[in-house]
Amino acid sequence: MKRYQIDENGFFGRYGGAYVPEILYKCVTDLQRAYLPILESEDFRQEYRALLKDYVGRPSPLYPARRMSEKYRCRLFLKREDLNHTGAHKINNTVGQILMAKRMGKTRIIAETGAGQHGVATATVCALMGMRCEIFMGKTDVERQHTNVERMRMLGAEVHPVTTGNMTLSDACSQAIRDWCCHPRDTFYIVGSTMGPHPYPDIVARLQSIISEELKWQLQEKTGRDWPDYIIACVGGGSNAAGSIWHYLDDKRVKICLAEAGGQGIETDRTAATMHCGSEGIIHGARTLVMQTDDGQIKEAFTISAGLDYPGIGPMHAHLAELGRTRILAVNDDEAIAAGYELTRLEGIIPAIESAHALAALKKLSFRPDDIVVLTVSGRGDKDIQTYLNRKDMAGEYGDF
Amino acid sequence: MNKINRLFKENPDRKLLSVYFCAGCPTPDGTGEVIRTLESKGIDMIEVGIPFSDPLADGPVIQSAATTALKNGMTLKKLFAQLRAVKDEVGIPLLLMGYLNVILHYGFERFCRDCAQCGISGAIIPDLPFKDYMESIKPVADRYDLKIIMMITPETSQERIRLIDEHTDGFIYMVSSASITGAQQHFDKARLDYFDRISAMQLRNPRMIGFGISNRQTLESAWQHAEGAIIGSRFVSLLNETGSPALAADQLFEALKQ
Repeated sequence: MKRYQIDENGFFGRYGGAYVPEILYKCVTDLQRAYLPILESEDFRQEYRALLKDYVGRPSPLYPARRMSEKYRCRLFLKREDLNHTGAHKINNTVGQILMAKRMGKTRIIAETGAGQHGVATATVCALMGMRCEIFMGKTDVERQHTNVERMRMLGAEVHPVTTGNMTLSDACSQAIRDWCCHPRDTFYIVGSTMGPHPYPDIVARLQSIISEELKWQLQEKTGRDWPDYIIACVGGGSNAAGSIWHYLDDKRVKICLAEAGGQGIETDRTAATMHCGSEGIIHGARTLVMQTDDGQIKEAFTISAGLDYPGIGPMHAHLAELGRTRILAVNDDEAIAAGYELTRLEGIIPAIESAHALAALKKLSFRPDDIVVLTVSGRGDKDIQTYLNRKDMAGEYGDF
Repeated sequence: MNKINRLFKENPDRKLLSVYFCAGCPTPDGTGEVIRTLESKGIDMIEVGIPFSDPLADGPVIQSAATTALKNGMTLKKLFAQLRAVKDEVGIPLLLMGYLNVILHYGFERFCRDCAQCGISGAIIPDLPFKDYMESIKPVADRYDLKIIMMITPETSQERIRLIDEHTDGFIYMVSSASITGAQQHFDKARLDYFDRISAMQLRNPRMIGFGISNRQTLESAWQHAEGAIIGSRFVSLLNETGSPALAADQLFEALKQ
């Protein structure tokens, strides 16, 4: 297990670490000291597990997708994170982090959000715990994900539109970190993905690892063995991917394929495929792969998916890909749209546009008929209906309605 | 002797003023003129900002200056060319201030070598972890006599301040408060207590207080508690408004009287 895990200095191989301004040094080291004892304490585990069960609605179903299995000639199972409360896997993490925040005596919560799913999941647990909540969201995303903004406000959160840079997820992260610099004592930053300074990548991966923990017994129940031949997930910052593979990292029988957002293509400038197009750098406090210019300026990411719109990648994923443990596929906007429509019509499930990237990976892989394939549907597509409708032209046979 | 060390050694009784500006803003080629003007106006030390796309420790004024500079095509390579051109005319210490990604991408050894060739005496890298400084950065910087200046803040423990003081040389950059860069109206009691606490530590390095200094009250508080003050956002704003380094400097001196 060690080879794939974080080391005592907070690195996954050469990726990770905590590259933060001095004002955050104490916050980050306090958290580094506190997180494992909290996560492993009986009292935390009980409260976390109870909330996952009764509030989030876990375990999330593992659904044998019959028609999709026929189409792709394998035994396809969908891990239904879209059925969680608030509609995505994000809440697995926010429930855990807010319990940590309470234990560390913090009174104010901040978070960044792209598509708004992490923002909603954070605002939700803040309402649940009666804590003050401020969300940073790029102005572009505020406009294109308006419903989620209203959900956050209704839940009592204050949403700050961020007007720097491309006004998307990356800018929202920067602004959240700046806010944290100004309020290091009372504020807990609930990071939404396996990114940011150590220990966040490890915290988020551990809290999301409930996904693969459930897979073990669900697969055993449904197939008679507790491991699949393939796990497929989408990867932006990397949280649902990390959670889906966590308990299988050392099991070499399990092949892992992760889909990142190719945007208009990795050969173009309009892409978010960091692992195809990035190089080693530092972003939001972590050393990892980053899409950057020859001068070390962070490039803007482009994809149809607001949740994958990030020019970095969790350091854990940079490490796993480098070791060859994971295979990274780039899925373009049109492929994702088509795959989203396909799942909608074959199984009656409208997936989030992020999850549609994972679905599109099915076309790029070849299976044996008895291969057991688990694909994580990270979220539901309610927030993306307008995007799907605007891009009917990419939906092929399913776009004619 | 490194110019930074000399500045503090030669001015034991005078309070110093250092000014920051972002290279490439408001104009792409203004670096040399800003430096020459600030020196002629009596500024003791200058921090030349290397623009970065994601400046995590900076407020809106410097963020926006960096955006302008990048739009103007400023790069570290161009900056070194501009600095090389004025090298022989500048007597006061110059420092570069920039984020780690840009500097590592350039190559740290190459960065140090170019600093040495362009008359740069020190560098401030806000997101450089102290551990990395000790293990990989300092040994290289020392070979080029480049002083890496570390920051301390109200959140920095006594023990860590001692460690930083022991392993750095030049000055300590004392961040005035839990904040990002940007003008503040006054320093409250908590800040002054922090300043007093640090003064009482009798550090071996001189201290410069920065972040939030923009008027008489903040400047005087800084001067009472340290060897000097650093002004960034206020000057960057004035430089943008006036478009003239000389006018911006004059207006800065006016603002510091109020």
